[in-house]
Order: sequence, then C-alpha cells, then structure tokens
Amino acid sequence: MAAHLKKRVYEEFTKVVQQQHEDLSAKKLRLTKPSKSAALHVDLCKATSPADALQYLLQFARKPVEVESVEGVVRILLEHYYKENDASVRLKIASLLGLLSKTAGFSPDCIMDDAINTLQNEKSHQVLAQLLDTLLVIGTKLTENPSVRMRLVEVACKHLTDSSHGVRNKCLQLIGCLGPVEKGVAKEVESQAAKDVQKIIGDHFNDQDPRVRTAAIKAMLQLHERGLKLQQAIYSQACKLLADDYEQVRSAAVQLIWVLSQLYPESIVPIPSSNEEIRLVDDAFGKICHMVSDGSWVVRVQAAKLLGSMQQVSSHFLEQTLDKKLMSDLRRKRTAHERAKELYSSGEFSSGRKWGDDAPKEEIDTGAVNLIESGACGAFVHGLEDEMYEVRIAAVEALCMLAQSSPSFAEKCLDFLVDMFNDEIEEVRLQSIHTMRKISNNITLREDQLDTVLAVLEDSSRDIREALHELLCCTNVSTKEGIHLALVELLKNLTKYPTDRESIWKCLKFLGSRHPTLVLPLVPELLSTHPFFDTPEPDMDDPAYIAVLVLIFNAAKSCPTMPALFSDHTFRHYAYLRDSLSHLVPPLRLPGRKLLSSPVSPSITPHEDPSQQFLHQSLERVYNLQHLDPQGIQELLEFTIRDLQRLGELQSELAGMADFTATYLQCQLLLIKALQEKLWNVAAPLYLKQNALASAAAKQILEETYKMEFMYSGVESRQVVIIHHMRLQAKALQLIVTARTTRGVEPLFGMCEKFLQEVDSFQRCFISELPHMQGSFVDKLLDLMPRLVTSKPSEVVKILQTTLRQSTFLHLPLPEQLHRATANIIEPTGESDNPLRFTSGLVVALDVDATLEHVQDPQGTVKVQVLYPDGQAQIIHPKPADFRNPGPGRHRLITQVYLSHTAWTEPCQIEVRLLLAYNSNRSKASAKIPKATWNESLEALPQSENGIEGTIPFSKPVKVYIMPKPARR
Amino acid sequence: LLVCLCSGPGAGQDVGRSCILVSIAGKNVMLDCGMHMGYNDDRRFPDFSYITQNGRLTDFLDCVIISHFHLDHCGALPYFSEMVGYDGPIYMTHPTKAICPILLEDYRKITVDKKGETNFFTSQMIKDCMKKVVAVHLHQTVQVDEELEIKAYYAGHVLGAAMFQIKVGCESVVYTGDYNMTPDRHLGAAWIDKCRPDLLISESTYATTIRDSKRCRERDFLKKVHETVERGGKVLIPVFALGRAQELCILLETFWERMNLKAPIYFSTGLTEKANHYYKLFITWTNQKIRKTFVQRNMFEFKHIKAFDRAFADNPGPMVVFATPGMLHAGQSLQIFRKWAGNEKNMVIMPGYCVQGTVGHKILSGQRKLEMEGRQILEVKMQVEYMSFSAHADAKGIMQLIRQAEPRNVLLVHGEAKKMEFLKQKIEQEFHVSCYMPANGETTTIFTNPSIPVDISLGLLKRETAIGLLPDAKKPKLMHGTLIMKDNSFRLVSPEQALKELGLAEHQLRFTCRVHIQDPRKEHETVLRVYNHLKGVLKDYSVQHLPDGSITVESILIQATAHSEDQGTKVLLVSWTYQDEELGSFLTSLLKKGLPQGAS
Repeated sequence: MAAHLKKRVYEEFTKVVQQQHEDLSAKKLRLTKPSKSAALHVDLCKATSPADALQYLLQFARKPVEVESVEGVVRILLEHYYKENDASVRLKIASLLGLLSKTAGFSPDCIMDDAINTLQNEKSHQVLAQLLDTLLVIGTKLTENPSVRMRLVEVACKHLTDSSHGVRNKCLQLIGCLGPVEKGVAKEVESQAAKDVQKIIGDHFNDQDPRVRTAAIKAMLQLHERGLKLQQAIYSQACKLLADDYEQVRSAAVQLIWVLSQLYPESIVPIPSSNEEIRLVDDAFGKICHMVSDGSWVVRVQAAKLLGSMQQVSSHFLEQTLDKKLMSDLRRKRTAHERAKELYSSGEFSSGRKWGDDAPKEEIDTGAVNLIESGACGAFVHGLEDEMYEVRIAAVEALCMLAQSSPSFAEKCLDFLVDMFNDEIEEVRLQSIHTMRKISNNITLREDQLDTVLAVLEDSSRDIREALHELLCCTNVSTKEGIHLALVELLKNLTKYPTDRESIWKCLKFLGSRHPTLVLPLVPELLSTHPFFDTPEPDMDDPAYIAVLVLIFNAAKSCPTMPALFSDHTFRHYAYLRDSLSHLVPPLRLPGRKLLSSPVSPSITPHEDPSQQFLHQSLERVYNLQHLDPQGIQELLEFTIRDLQRLGELQSELAGMADFTATYLQCQLLLIKALQEKLWNVAAPLYLKQNALASAAAKQILEETYKMEFMYSGVESRQVVIIHHMRLQAKALQLIVTARTTRGVEPLFGMCEKFLQEVDSFQRCFISELPHMQGSFVDKLLDLMPRLVTSKPSEVVKILQTTLRQSTFLHLPLPEQLHRATANIIEPTGESDNPLRFTSGLVVALDVDATLEHVQDPQGTVKVQVLYPDGQAQIIHPKPADFRNPGPGRHRLITQVYLSHTAWTEPCQIEVRLLLAYNSNRSKASAKIPKATWNESLEALPQSENGIEGTIPFSKPVKVYIMPKPARR
Repeated sequence: LLVCLCSGPGAGQDVGRSCILVSIAGKNVMLDCGMHMGYNDDRRFPDFSYITQNGRLTDFLDCVIISHFHLDHCGALPYFSEMVGYDGPIYMTHPTKAICPILLEDYRKITVDKKGETNFFTSQMIKDCMKKVVAVHLHQTVQVDEELEIKAYYAGHVLGAAMFQIKVGCESVVYTGDYNMTPDRHLGAAWIDKCRPDLLISESTYATTIRDSKRCRERDFLKKVHETVERGGKVLIPVFALGRAQELCILLETFWERMNLKAPIYFSTGLTEKANHYYKLFITWTNQKIRKTFVQRNMFEFKHIKAFDRAFADNPGPMVVFATPGMLHAGQSLQIFRKWAGNEKNMVIMPGYCVQGTVGHKILSGQRKLEMEGRQILEVKMQVEYMSFSAHADAKGIMQLIRQAEPRNVLLVHGEAKKMEFLKQKIEQEFHVSCYMPANGETTTIFTNPSIPVDISLGLLKRETAIGLLPDAKKPKLMHGTLIMKDNSFRLVSPEQALKELGLAEHQLRFTCRVHIQDPRKEHETVLRVYNHLKGVLKDYSVQHLPDGSITVESILIQATAHSEDQGTKVLLVSWTYQDEELGSFLTSLLKKGLPQGAS
C-alpha cells in the first residue's frame, strides 16, 4: 500500500515537472502553477512544527482543486495524516478530506476504505468526529450504493459507544442520513448486520448528553424524511422527551411527536392515570398544545407552528384550545367574548359597563377544575398572549390554517383574531388581518365584531388600512346596520387619509355587490333623497360621494328594483362614472336606456370569443401575404396593425396578445420599408436621406424587439427565437447601412466579424428551433456561412442584402397567455400647481406610489427615472422592501425618491417615470455560471458574455412641479 | 439535614406587610420587609422582635432580600435597618434600588408632614439605609458569603421586580415576590429555569382566579377612551404613580400614535416624573416591543403625554388626564373629578381596586349623589367605568411557574387562606409535591433530602466507567472505591491511593476452605482430574496447572493433599482473597458437589 502510494506521488511529481516545462516553452507570460498535490506534499514535508503545517493546510484550502488531482491530493493528505502527531493538524486534514470529496465530478468511493481505516487508530475525539463527518460527506455522495451505506452505518454503530458527545452526535447523524430505509435491503445484508436502525437511534433518546439526545431525535426525523416509516412505539419515548431539561431536545421532540401524529393519527393510546383511551392525534395535539406554554420561546414557536398543520384532530379538542375556563373566586366567569355575544343577542348593544357587570355567576366544583394538565385547554389563548411576537405570529398562522379546514372553529376563533387587531406589533396586526381575510368565506361578522374591525381603519399605517380594505372586500356582513357602519367608517377613513381613495372605492365595490339586499333599504338615506322635496345635487367630484355611488351602483347590478329610487342627477352621475371609473362601476340595466355594451351571453366560452377569432383571422391574412406586391404588403400590414391596436384597447384580456403581435408586425413593416429597392438604387448624394430612414428603422426594430422580449410575461422560447431573429435582421440592416455610408474597409472588418459571431451564437442558442425556420433569413444565412466567413466585407454586405430581401416572413405563434407589463403611477398625480419648494443643494423626498401589473421580479427590474428640465436624468433603484405583493401578478411600489438640484429662478416641471431594466443575458437559454464547490475560495468570475443592458420606459411620465430655492445666506 | 422555614413577622396568609424569614442550612435570610397600608400604629411594620429576642439583628441575619419597590414589600426597610438596627447587606435589583427611595420618601412625607406623626424614619435614614443596599443584575449569581449565594430572575409585575433563588450548598429556596406570568404593554412575563429548588415560596394573590385574555380589557379601555374623546368629552383616569400608570400611558401613547389622534393627554406631575425617568433608563427590564424599538425611540419619552397643570382642567375640548391618587380619596384626582363630574360627556375610568369609604368605591358601587365636605352635594353625571389591570399571576400562572421550576415543596404566602386552600389542593394533586400555607408567625419545617457532592479522582472514574455498560443518566451506578472524609470534604479515591495517603499498609484478607473429596487415586492424578473438571466448567476463566502441583483459577489457589488418616480422601485446599469472594465461593460449592465420575 505504502509503496503504491509513494509511486503515485512520484508519478505526479514527474508529470508536474514536465508540465511546467511545457508551459514555459509554450506561453512565456503565464505563471507556472505546479500541481496541487505535489506542492502540498513539499509544503507539508517542509513544515517543522504543527502550527506550520496547519498554516500550509489553511492556505491550501483557499484554492480550488481540479477534479483530476483530487485523488492524488487525498493520498498525500492521508499519508501525512498517519505521520502526524498533532491532533489539530489531523483534524484539519480530516476536514479537508471531507471538502475534497465534495468536489463535483469526483467519486469518493476510492478513498472510502482509507477514511474508514483512519478511524481505527484515532484517539482524539475531535478528530474522530471530524472523520465521521467526512464519511458522512462521502456517504451522501454515494447514496445509490447500498453496500457502502451499510458499511458506513456499521462503522457509525461501532463508534456509538464513544465517550465523547461529538462523536456520538456524528454517528447518529450518519445513521440518520444513511441508515437503510427500505425493508428489503435490510434483509439482504442480514448476514452483516440485521440492525434495526430505529432501535439503535431510539436507545440514544436517553443519552446523558442533551446534544446527543437532540442528534438522536434529528436522526430519527431524517430517517422519516428519507421515507422510513417510523414505528409507533417511539411515541411514548418521544413524549417523555417533552419534559427534557434542554430546549433543543424539547424542540426536536415536539417535531417528532408531530411526525408520529401524522403517521398514526387513528391509532389509540391510553391516557395515563385513567382507563380511557384516545386517538393518537388528539393525544399528540394535547401534548403539543401543552408546549405552547413552555419556558423557552423557541419551543413555543415550534409548537404553535406545528399546531396549525394538525388538521385531523377532533373538533372537540380543537375548540378547547380557545377555552381557558375562566373563574374568579372559584366561580365560573364568562369571558368578555361571551358577554359581548350575549349583549348582542339580547339586542342591547353598546351599553356602558357597570361595576360588577363581569361578576362571576355559578359556583364551580373545585374538583373539576383542572389548572394545568388540561392539555389543549386554552393553548391558543396563551399563544396569542405570549410575550414574544414570534410566538404570537406563529399562533395566528396556526389559527388560520386550522380555521380554513374547520368552519365551526373559524367561527369560534373570530373573536380572538379580532382581538389581535390591537396587538402592539404591526406585523402581528397585519398577519391577523390577512388571516381573517383568508378564512372570511367561512364566517359572517357580527355587528360588534365589525365594530372592532372597523376601528382599525384609523390606523396610521397604510399597510394595515389596505389589508383591512382587502378584508372588507370579502367579508360577509349580517345586517344593514353593519353595512351602514362600514360605509360610515370608510368615509371617515377617506377624510382622514385621502390617499386611500382607490382602495376604499374598490372595497365599496365589493361590499356593494356582495350585499345588494342590505344596501337596498339604505339607498334613500345614502342618496339623501326625499319623497317630496328635491335635494341639492351633490358635488360630483367629491370622493366621498363617489364612494357612496360606487356602493349603490354595484348593489344595483343584482337588484333591479334599486334604480327606481334614484333621482335624475344620479342617472347623470352614473353615466359619467361609468365612463370615467369603468373598472368600479358595472353596466346597469337602466329603465329607458340602452345598455352600453351588449350583454355577453354566458354560452359563449372565451375560446370561441369573436374577438379572439378576429385576432387569429387577421394574423392568418397577414401570413399569406408573401405573394402580394410590396405596396399591397405595406398597406395590409398597416391596416392589420391598426386593427390590432384598436382590439387591444377594446378587449382588455386580449390586450397583451394584440399589442405583442402588433409590435411584431410593426417591426416587419419597418423592415420592408427600409429594404425598398427604390431607395437603395438612388445615387450617392441621396444616400443621406435613405441612410437616415433605414438606420432609424433598424434602431426602432431593435428597441421594439427588446420590448417584446422583456415587457411581456408568458413569452415562451418559440417566441423568443422569432424575436431574436427579428433582431438579427435589424442588425444586418444596420451593417448594410453602415457599409454603404462609410468609406474605407477597415471599420467594416470588425463589424462583419461581430455580426458573424452573433449569427453563430444565435445558432448555438436556438439550435433546436432551427428546423422550424425554413426559408427564413437565418436559415439562408447559415447555408451561406462557409462563404461568408471567407469573403471580404463588401461581399458579405452584398450577400446580406440579397438574403434579407429574399427571406420569408416568419409566422409568429402565439402563447396561451400573454400579458404586457404595465405600470401606473398613482402618486404624484401631476395635477398640483403648487411647486415643491426646497433649498438647492439639499434633498427633498417625493413619495411615489405606483401599481405594477404582470412584472416578473419587480425588485430586480423596476427603476424610477427622474428627468430634470436640463436633460439631466437620474435613475433610482427602489429598495426591495418598497414592493408589496397584493395579489398574483400585481405589485405595488411605494417608495420615496430623493430630488436635488441647483437653484432655479422659477419653478419648473420634472418628469417621473418607471423603467423596466433588462439584461439580454438574463433570458438566454445559457446556463447560469456554475458555482464553485470549493468554499470561500470563489474569486469573482468575469462576466462570460457582455450582455446588453438597457431600460424600457413602461409607464406614463408624470410631471412634478418643483422649485429649488437658492440657499439664504 | 433540613431547611427550616419560619414564616416570619409578616406575610403568611395576608396581603400586605410581606416579611418572611428563611433558615436554610444554618443561614438566615429575610425576604422582603414590607409595611401594611391599613394600619397607622405599630402594626404597620413587622414585629422584628420576633426574629431575635436578644442580640443584634446583624449577627442573626446573613442578608435581606427585597423583591420589588412596592411599599408592602419594602416600606419597613429604613425602620428595620436604621431604627431597629441592621448593618448587614440588603440585596435588590438596580431599578428597585433607584425607585425605592422615591417611594419611601413620598410615604414619609405623607405620614410625617401631612399627618404629623412623630417617631418615624427621616429622610437621612432612608439615605443611610440605601447605602447598605447591594444592587444585583438578572441571572447574576451573588456570593453573600462562602456558602450562601443568591440569584435574581425576571418577575414582570413592576419594573425591576425579581424572583430570588437562595442557595446554600445543594439546598435552595426560590422566593417569587409578586410576579406576573402574562406580559403587558411595558413588561414581559416572569421566567425561571428548571432550577428544581427544595422549596418554592410563591405569592398567591389570585389563587382562585383564571383571568380572561388581557386583549379584551385593553380593547375595551381604548374604545371607551376613544369614543369619549371623539364626542368631545374629558377622561379622568385616577392612578397610583407607579406600575399600572406606566402601562396605561404606554397603551394610550401607542394608540394615539397608531390612530393619529390629536387630543392631549396629561399626566399629573410629582413623583411620576422622577419615576418615568428611571423607566427610560431601565429599558432592558421592559418587554420585547419596547426593547426592540428603543433604538428609534424610547417608548417612555412620550410624544402625546404632557405634564399636567391645574389650569388645564378648565380648558375646553377633549382631553385625557392621569391623576393621582388612584382611589379618588384626596389630592389632584379628586379635584379634577369634582370639576368634571357634572357633565355626562365626561368619563372616569377606575383602573384598580378601591377601598371602602373612598369616593372611588362609592361611585363604582353606583352612587350618583355624593356628599362632599362642607355638606355640598355633588351630582355625578359623568360615566363611571371600571377596568381591572392587575399584574399578579393567576392560578394558571402560578401553576405554570411551578411547572417551570419543578420544586420539591411549595409554600404559599401573600393571599387569603380560603383561596390558598384550593390552590394547595390543586398543586398537591397535579405535581405530587407537598404544599404548605403557614399563617402569620407560624413556622414551617421542611425536610430535604440533600445530595452530597463527592470528588472522585479521574483515574478511578475512567476505570469504573470502562467496566460495564454505557453510562446512563437515569440509572444509579455502582462504583468501588474508598471514601475519604477529611476537613469537611468528601473524596472518592481508589483503595491503593487511599492507603498511600493515609500511610497504611495493605492488609490482605484471605479465605481458605477445605473440601473433602473421595478419591482413591494419587494426589497428582486427583489434581489433574480437578484441573480438567474446572477447565471444562469455567471456560471463560484462565485455569492453570502449575508445576508445583497446584491449580490457579485467576488468582484463586487450589492445592490437594491426601488426608492424613484416610488415604482415599483427598483434601482440597481452596484459598482466595476478599476481592474474589464471588468466584471463590462459587468454586467451593462447585467442588463440594464432587467430581464427575466418568472424567479422568
């Protein structure tokens, strides 16, 4: 063995020397880099003291090792390992072995034997633990090989009796990660060790060291994750661990109990100290509930979280979690919630509380009161009142999950959730509002509960208010007073925070359409109509009045009797609002009026939608235009583009599709126009004009292709090819134009080469799509490639020109869903005439509030651009936290933009707009740069391709009036 | 050994005047030194003569521990240390040390300056007393002397309230003082580790109550204040200067902040301002929210709450006023009450319990016409509300603490006897620990089962653990060694070392036994037969046949001689040392059964 080892070393050594030699002769500039293993060997031999050796090893660890030399390095390290007396150096070597075996592409089975051998004679516990860790790494790389796993598990079992906790820890970890999961395998290798891994691990549940106990439980959980069915017998053991002294043990034990309760929910376990038996899941639920009042908050969080996912628990137990069984002086007391409910049902509401109102009533049998062993009793009450907000959030989440699966529980937990709206930490408040929204299908709010909910509308935090609006959108209210109350509070909210306008209107829209019958009796009061007298016409621009109208009109949609109650001006206002706020006001069937849009009969499915058909027909028409004369082509394209654009405006759901195709056709149109033969045949002096037109066209096509690629969500690779193809054509056009306008050949060389490279990379990226592109520009180009590479630039240009002209128009297939990214700046509104004054040189913060739709990864791509009148532009990257995600595909940007400028003599307008940043690398099929496996040694790799970065403006610019004043001296 | 606890001069089954004396392993510790609010004579202070009839207190007591700054826990301290005379150390937490003198001074002023009492402690005495105080940090182990150590745990209740663990050797007592297991707006919940004391002395104010969630109470309170303020009414909240007042301030302050309200909130000045200052300083003693946000803003630096001036009471428009004292019996709160009582738009909220006879009690019990001094009749039109904000642990909380600490005995103090009885029963039932509830002046003796630590030499430990199975934490393990008791210390060493240390020669104890065997053959043949037999039976032991004709099994020697009278009987001499007793006796019994016939 040793001889073999030595031989290997020398082999490497000699090889290396040769390489150095070669290197030197071939490229002089390059610094020679001797092979890793040899250098290491030399270094380690040089090392005089353990500290030296350690230094060398540390340095060595900073550099990556190539796959080919890993084995050699490992051998060297092992050799030194046997020689080394110092434990710390051995430890480092052991850890290096683990790191090395992680190297991608290296199969560590060849070093496994050696690694196991090293374990035999090792005395130091730390090194042992590290070696076991290395074995774990090796084992995880060789998971497919059952015999290797068996062997490692055996090794681990042998070391389980070690006196050091670290070693036992690692052994258990190893068994957990590699222990046999399938029953069959265990039988096959019965001769070796028919070991029941679960039993081995289970034995260590009672280890004297808490760390080992934790590791044992974790190993058990690991086995479960890997698919082993844990035995039910463990349950009682795990229950004992819940009373452990150490929090990490308890925390892991809670997890284990949860796992078991999911595995054997229906089996029956006895209740100690009585003859009764209950389902295991109920028992486990009770136990975990108990842990919600544990001494350590880590355990409490864990327990509260897990409670949420125990849906099989019986409702009897579930409801206990909300019942704390109040008492006072041994007499049963009703909770405030119960009292509120009673007050409500007795019809007496909002009465002032009297002294002794909450006086306890009935006597309690002292024997029946269970103070602590009551299991599930009041677990959530405790959890929601916990000191740490982490626990409270976890409890709210758990409530949410349980309530979603049980309507009766949802009804019961409502009071508690409503209470959480007053928590001192905003996150908790927000979370509970969201939770309430999620379970709102199951519940109807009582009036007193609604009252508490609405009180939160005055919260100064915008997030809270908006979450609450969302909640109100989907709540059920039981009475007309409730609706009235909600409206009054929302209007109050509107006057206090006018910026909430949109959100409140939307909220009222849903409130109206959900409760038409409750709104009906309120209409005269809300519109302040009088049976005999005409009342003054309200101000049409008053947001509060609009809010009321939104509520009524939405209710009227499903309540045909309502319009009879409207007065004349209401109808006028309806017409106005239907036009200006069409997203909030539904079409109504009003007496004496035609409906504005024809009712869409439900029998027509969207697939056969006439507008969709129209879209496809017009596209078909365009694709058959190959045989028309140039003039005809242009006209047809122009008409189709116009049609599509109009269609997009009319049918919002088709807008993305229509715009996308219209842009594509537009590109084609520009290309055709630019290539018109007349232009190219004119005499040299007229080149200028022709040049301007063609190069502008090329530029615009490029821009449009970027828009097509990055502004639409749902673009598939089929479309990407075509977009790139179009871009390639634009580049060819650019090349032709430059070739014709510049004198001399020198600059053309570079351009040609670059273009050919791009063709090449196009081919590489989209090789699979090429068969679909017969007769296209690129198809022809690739046929001519051998010729192009060898010919002169002028010839290349000539070839390109003819190919461009002859190439066919590619069919653009449409994806299922296509949405255009849009942005709408809500604030600043751009209506203000008062300039924002600030001292020059200082900054002023401008609040920007915008909604984004169909933007993927807005945190990375959306920027704010500020354009000053002097042409200076500034791009601001909003913080990731400024983006909120209120719904799928929708984002909200609320941020502050800092403005500054030197002094102006008079106020002027600046423009604020949103940009969508793109990077042409991002979408390419090219794989991401592989991460180096060697830790902490990754030097920043240079960007492999220099992608084109740019921005697309995708919102309407908003003008803001500002005035930097000169600083006063 | 025993821990002797003497529920001392005060406390026991009574609220107010907490004072407990504990004797633990020869050390005497006094826990709290409170006064009774209800008395104005000698009974207000604990009877310190109870502690020691003759001799100085300083000689008898090892230390005094004060759990928090409420007067029923620290009110008698200057009297005790300066007037009765005690010079030993007094321990309390930093906030308690800071706030305690303010309250004592205030109390002194009321008794001496207002009521004109003499023979009371002076300002100087308070100062001198505070000089004897040693401040401790949370979880800091303080060595009072070589054996006695104390450690403070967080108790909630009021700022700086602590539970104390008192430990002598391996015996320990935990005294909870007043504590709260549910967090509130400015303080966290009490917490203790699994310290498994021999005795837990717990307060039991709410022994028979399980409280509702505090959230409902808070919400009700806020809603009422908010509604009144929106109506344009004025809200009066009579409070005591410290404790609940701060919680209510924080509650209102955050609510004002959240809801963007503009109505002014006032706090009547005086000692509160000083106290608020300390609240600002001791942020680490407050709850999670305040601790987390104090970098941006110290929650006790109120934005909306301003100092009150007498003239403000007549200002028009809504306002909220916190005024002392809490029971509306005198002072500023009563003045304001008289001004505002006539308007039904206004409201008074009583946040705590009111003693009978005070205006607070009267209006809470529904009286609408009050007779003031000078035969004036005051008609109360304003709304009267009661809100209980108490910071004691309820029955569930007490049980929770017991579960956390896992004591071997529980002792209940600071509560009513009837209520304690219920809790005692519960504790015994649930935890199977004995529970005591001594009356005032009664002594309870608790026997402990102390474990005695013994030093063991590493070599011996390793040798002994190497034998036998894995070490198991839950099972006792048998060890062989020599116990040396010398100079009050215990050591377990190997016998050889013990001999060496004590300078003793080793004595060997050998047992010899003769076994008669009927065997007519020659001696050496008999030996051979015995050898073969033993070899066959004792497979795991080394059985050797020595050249001198004897057999050894491990260290046991067997020799055979012919019987002097009867040659047919052989005498087997078996000799073994004391250590091999087990094997030796096994061998003799084996040999006594005789040799198998067939073997040769």
